[in-house]
Amino acid sequence: MKQISELNLPDDIRYSEDHEWARREGDAVRVGISDYAQDQLGDITFVGLPNVGDSFNQKEEFGTVESTKAVSELFMPVGGEVLAVNEALVESPGLVNEDPYGAGWILLVKSHNPDEMNSLMTKDDYVKRLKGTE
Amino acid sequence: MTEFPGATGLIFNEPLLWEKGKKGRIGMSLPRRDVEACGLDKDLEGDGPDFPDLSELEVVRHYVRLSQWNFGVDAGMYPLGSCTMKYNPKLNEKIASLPGFAEAHPLLPTALSQGALRLIFELERLLAEITGMDAVSCQPAAGAHGELTGMLIIHAFHKNNGSARSKIIVPDTAHGTNPASAALCGYQPVTVKSNQQGILSPDAVAEVMDAGTAGIMITNPNTLGLFEENIREIADVVHKKGGLVYCDGANMNAVLGIVRMGDVGADVLHLNLHKTFSAPHGGGGPGSGPVCVRKSLAKFLPVPRVVESQGAYSLSYNFPETIGKVHAFYGNFGVMIKAYAYILSMGAENLKRASQLAVLNANYIRARLKDVFHLAYDRPCMHECVFSDKLQKQDKVTTLEIAKRLIDYGFHPPTVYFPLVVSGAIMIEPTETESKEEIDLFIEACRAIANEAKENPELLHAAPSKTKVKRLDETNAARHPCLQG
Repeated sequence: MKQISELNLPDDIRYSEDHEWARREGDAVRVGISDYAQDQLGDITFVGLPNVGDSFNQKEEFGTVESTKAVSELFMPVGGEVLAVNEALVESPGLVNEDPYGAGWILLVKSHNPDEMNSLMTKDDYVKRLKGTE
Repeated sequence: MTEFPGATGLIFNEPLLWEKGKKGRIGMSLPRRDVEACGLDKDLEGDGPDFPDLSELEVVRHYVRLSQWNFGVDAGMYPLGSCTMKYNPKLNEKIASLPGFAEAHPLLPTALSQGALRLIFELERLLAEITGMDAVSCQPAAGAHGELTGMLIIHAFHKNNGSARSKIIVPDTAHGTNPASAALCGYQPVTVKSNQQGILSPDAVAEVMDAGTAGIMITNPNTLGLFEENIREIADVVHKKGGLVYCDGANMNAVLGIVRMGDVGADVLHLNLHKTFSAPHGGGGPGSGPVCVRKSLAKFLPVPRVVESQGAYSLSYNFPETIGKVHAFYGNFGVMIKAYAYILSMGAENLKRASQLAVLNANYIRARLKDVFHLAYDRPCMHECVFSDKLQKQDKVTTLEIAKRLIDYGFHPPTVYFPLVVSGAIMIEPTETESKEEIDLFIEACRAIANEAKENPELLHAAPSKTKVKRLDETNAARHPCLQG
């Protein structure tokens, strides 16, 4: 497993306590799980996705991610309506491992409340949090 | 030099039965037909089943060879945490194969099956005494089935009281099946976190317990191998709000004759006869998960129930508030026989001694390995101890690789990556049936592996190296499962 210094943590996105990331894209927010999360989970074998049109609050469970080790819940970094889900993950869940911030994205969300983005951690805060859990 | 059980040797390949044999070959001769041939109705005719054509010897070798690929508790130590893989005394098998038991048909009239009915009846009384509960049903087929049955009983209780409740509290140190059983019964599981000591605090339960909550499912001892010391206060909190306490008794092997869950507030509890009471387990199953309840809940137990009147035993369906039947006939009877034989051959004192030794063995391993593996909660444990790969991470060695390497030394790996509250968990349960010498050998293997992780991690990355089949591609198997031969 990776040391914290080896993690790929872009600074143009925000991070949640539950290791999801959120990136603003125009009016929408793209969501995935962090490099730390995919590294901890190990090889991902299944991603349980919500339906387009579903609405969730911030921190509400929207899906699951299953690896050879465990099944983990996914929580909304920001609340909103699901505009799109990454259908490629149905056939190729390993994309989350290979490219967690690119091809391994999970949701595109129409955010209810733009302030929620600001409640998420910056890269620096997230690194501090990860160091705290070591 | 220490000799570990793991070694290499000649292992036989063995194809599927369908890839063996030759058209027309048979293993037995049928007696000559002495009645007129009588054809089937045309509508019932069709292609016969695709049976392979084999001699008796081919079949025998097939299964002997497969059995040689296997690893069971009869072959070596099997310290699978939370599973109580104790030795299954052969006496149990002998009793279970007595013709009066083994050949009894489940539809025999009660007059001809008094012995079998009496065994179920007496086993239920023994389990009630061991758990401090009032009534028992041996019908559920295994642990999770017992949980579901228990949840249905709790649901029936609230329904009977005209109380609509939709939630069940489940601690993060409960067995993984608990939330699933609650959800299958239609309840919404509500997770509560264990405290710094790895157990549940009454305050944490009080925070979520309300009039919409049907009760709590608490595994005691929990999956960290720790006794839920606050169980009585927690039960009070739940009872005060009208809820019931479900105790997952899968870890009962730690407390036989020491704690009766009925005395500390449990209302419903299941046992695993295939864990605590030494019936075979896993591939050697099936299991049996009896449900034990307080007197006030007895009327909801599954039917039929074995009842006794003036020394005669019968099956009664006359319990109008029952949740109904949960298994064909009366449950897995063969498992009940083995548990009954075990309880009677051990006796009260020895059952207690078994628990004491199970706890002692786990603590011995905990103390002897805590300088090489990180101990998640550094305090005395019950029947199992939980380590993690935290110390090995710097050498890029993970729990999975430690587990795989243990196979090379001749030990079944412990439970890994569970409980989820410990990252990279390694959960070891030696049980009482391993000798000190065997446990010392296991400890030495673990210490050798910890050393290899530092000095020669390649050995771990490539493990297992001595087995017939090397490291399996678990990811590919999960992503692209092939469910046919």
